[in-house]
Amino acid sequence: MSAARDPTSPAAPGANAAGLTRADYRGAPSTLCPGCGHDSITNHLQTALFEADISPLRAAKFSGIGCSSKTTNYFMNQSHGLNAVHGRMPAIATGALLANHTLLGIGISGDGDTASIGLGHFVHILRRNVKLVYIIENNGVYGLTKGQFSATADLGTLSKAGERNELPAIDCCAVSILMGCGFVARSFSGDRKQLVPLLKAAMQHRGTAVIDVISPCVTFNDHAGSTRSYDYVKAHDEPLHEVGFTPGCAAHAVADDEGESPTEVELPDGSVIALRKLEREHDPRDREAALRLLEQARQRGELVTGLIYIDPASRPFHESLRLGATPLAMLPDEKLRPSREALQAIMAELA
Amino acid sequence: MPVNDFSILVATVNGTGSQTANLVLLRSIFRMGVPVGPKNVFPSNISGLPTWFFIRVSKDGYVARSGQVDLLVCLNPQTTARDIAALRAGAACFFEERLRDEIPVRDDVTFYPVPFTDLVAACCPVSRLRKLVVNMVYVGVVGWHIGLDRDLVRAEVKKAFAAKPQALDLNLAAVETGWAYAASNLPQSPELRIERLDATRDMIIIDGNSATALGCLFGGCSVLTWYPITPSTSLGDAFESYAERLRVDPESGERTVAIVQSEDELAEAGMAIAAGWAGARAMTATSGPGLSLMSELVGFAYYAEIPCVFVDVQRLGPSTGLPTRTAQGDLLQVVTLSHGDTQHVVLLPATMEECFAFAIRAFDLADRLQTPIFLLLDLDLGMNPWMSAQLEYPADPIDRGKVLTAGDLERLGGDWYRYADPDRDGIPYRTIPGTPHRAAAYFTRGSGHSEAALYTEDPRAYQKVVDRLTRKYETARALLPPPEIDRAPAARILIVAYGSSHPAVVEARDRLRSRNHLECSYCRIRALPLSDRLADLCAAHDVVFVVDQNRDGQMAQLLAIALAPSGCAARLRSIRQYDGWPLTADFVAEAIAGAAGSTTGRSDHLVARNREVEVQA
Repeated sequence: MSAARDPTSPAAPGANAAGLTRADYRGAPSTLCPGCGHDSITNHLQTALFEADISPLRAAKFSGIGCSSKTTNYFMNQSHGLNAVHGRMPAIATGALLANHTLLGIGISGDGDTASIGLGHFVHILRRNVKLVYIIENNGVYGLTKGQFSATADLGTLSKAGERNELPAIDCCAVSILMGCGFVARSFSGDRKQLVPLLKAAMQHRGTAVIDVISPCVTFNDHAGSTRSYDYVKAHDEPLHEVGFTPGCAAHAVADDEGESPTEVELPDGSVIALRKLEREHDPRDREAALRLLEQARQRGELVTGLIYIDPASRPFHESLRLGATPLAMLPDEKLRPSREALQAIMAELA
Repeated sequence: MPVNDFSILVATVNGTGSQTANLVLLRSIFRMGVPVGPKNVFPSNISGLPTWFFIRVSKDGYVARSGQVDLLVCLNPQTTARDIAALRAGAACFFEERLRDEIPVRDDVTFYPVPFTDLVAACCPVSRLRKLVVNMVYVGVVGWHIGLDRDLVRAEVKKAFAAKPQALDLNLAAVETGWAYAASNLPQSPELRIERLDATRDMIIIDGNSATALGCLFGGCSVLTWYPITPSTSLGDAFESYAERLRVDPESGERTVAIVQSEDELAEAGMAIAAGWAGARAMTATSGPGLSLMSELVGFAYYAEIPCVFVDVQRLGPSTGLPTRTAQGDLLQVVTLSHGDTQHVVLLPATMEECFAFAIRAFDLADRLQTPIFLLLDLDLGMNPWMSAQLEYPADPIDRGKVLTAGDLERLGGDWYRYADPDRDGIPYRTIPGTPHRAAAYFTRGSGHSEAALYTEDPRAYQKVVDRLTRKYETARALLPPPEIDRAPAARILIVAYGSSHPAVVEARDRLRSRNHLECSYCRIRALPLSDRLADLCAAHDVVFVVDQNRDGQMAQLLAIALAPSGCAARLRSIRQYDGWPLTADFVAEAIAGAAGSTTGRSDHLVARNREVEVQA
């Protein structure tokens, strides 16, 4: 149904290794408010997908309900998309990727979707470690229903109407680490330099990769007194490091011409995440340190961004289930239906 | 109480391991060629509450609960008084000798005191095991009394403990101890006797949850998601254990099926639906409360047109109700489950063969119709063992429905709409994620969409899709198992029933014929939407009795709607049992005989036309 360019035709100028141009990663036009942080994330995601040479025909997009969940329609329109019901994105992504674990799964959810109605599914997809890029577009507010606080809104933050939030925030990154997630990052919708390599690294992770992206809502949560406004986030963003990502087995190409060597995390496929330290020391392979970092940031009112925790060796769900190389969805009928003799043997036992 | 025609009741406390002993007793009778109809009535509890295991022995092959008890093994002091009070005159009662003082006196019952406690102590040195092993003692006692073949009983004990060889000797010894005691101290029954027949040849004993699980595996299911809930849990268990042997590559250990115990029923439904969307043959199994939780996602699957199989093993009541008792109370809920305009396809198996065959068919229908398919069992069908003909290997190949491959898309020049109706049967075409063609993708949403799968708020574009869904539902009607109709010549009465009511209705018809001279036609509904044939059938009878195991006569209500245009709805009479116990033929027969009589004060106005003379004379 898509009118996009045939990826099998000769490579266009500026094409990537998949033979596609940046435009091939576009989707339908966004219907979100002009200036929405979510649209920036969509844009960075398109860049990351393009730069990572992802084939849209080998990817699938999942979302729940909310402003964020609409955005799966706004990129990669040559990929199947499943926009289901509120809060169930982790469950539907799990089901679809059980059927075909060879797809690149991209799940987009919001803070209402993930931290309220779907919190139960969120923690359980993390326990299962389904191979999925799980992007939380986190604006601390319910946009589509016009400005109620979400469960990630900071204690004491003010609504547009001036109401104070009296409840503590759920930190999706801390929850992720506690639930056993092997890739936990936080970023800001306005930070292309940080978010694009994080997204590319997340695509190579073997299990669930959570990126909690702070994404200001220009309509309902961009006022003074809000801790999710553009101004507040820019003033309190504390990037941990500069992130570089080198895919595949290429030589460690992160040039090191500016003094101190970066921390390098190698993924099982040979990709390398290079992290150049900024203000503070943080080894994202240290789970305890990662939790401490988040708690300290909370106490200081900082927004720590970057790769917070990584366990490159985590075992994905399809391996726990001992599924074979052929996706369940592609099994031939003879693999799906046991033989006549098998039924006869069972009947003999029940006689 | 003739030979090969009586009922045994074992009354025990749950958690004492009596089920294995009861199955040995059951299977031994079955192996002697005599038909059996077992019913296990058990509490929602792990140990300490009353449980009753009924074994109906019927040379005529009636397997509904009989409602009468001829032989009681009385091992539960909590229920002794009522269990004995309910015995039929002339019945036999075996009880623990030490509890003699607590046994109520009845002159018309023969009491056999048995020193169960002493007997088990003698054969089981480990005291903590005695409460389990004592069950095999009563197997020996009863086995002797009713004349079972001792070697067959031994063989069944061996079969029951095939996986636990360390427990085999102990249990065999317990049977022998009971047998030897009874042979020396008790008479063999002159009436309650099992004599060899040839009425169970080539038959099996299986429960509906296992038969359904097998059907799902032979239907090609590749994803099962579930959350433990009585009475569907044993379906998941059976699926898992059969999958272990049928769907694992012996060399690599790789599985061709994913089984996920989910965090709740919402996830369970979401995973199964999305797996169906992505091309797996996906299913989930639950009971009423789980189905309530799933309803939003079910509506999504209906509207987004995603294949998925939902098994509902119904239990009794609203809310938590009685989880271990049977009912058919989910019918109306299921047929329109979820908000807005939804309507679902429902399969209603009544036998083990149908549990198996309909499960297979459910996957083909789900793929063919691209919609959720509901398979409605109930606790009676699902958890009780049933005698059955052997399950037959499916004759038809797997049907994956209208799926466009990359080659198809190439031929179409990429020109297709996900929600269009090119074949005019209401069924659109779909593609599977990962299909290597640039035009394969579409965006699936539960929000308003057009034929091109684009978001729309346009009234006409919206309505076009939901009207096509109605057309699809009409197409479904013709693809479903038709009602099974047995017209009695010249009958004025029609009985309509479904699911586990079937054996009680079969028996009730025979009884109404022989005792009340009432000939009844019988229509067993096997699927929803209802068949078009029902209107004519109902019009051909004066009265239509609809048997429901729910308070509100849910099938009768659906029939009333379906029959309204024909003007036959006034002929409907609803018969309802909803106390949670499996339906009896007595209940059905008495309701029909009573209602047939009460209309005019005489029952003969409904007597079959060809027998009128006989009754009036």
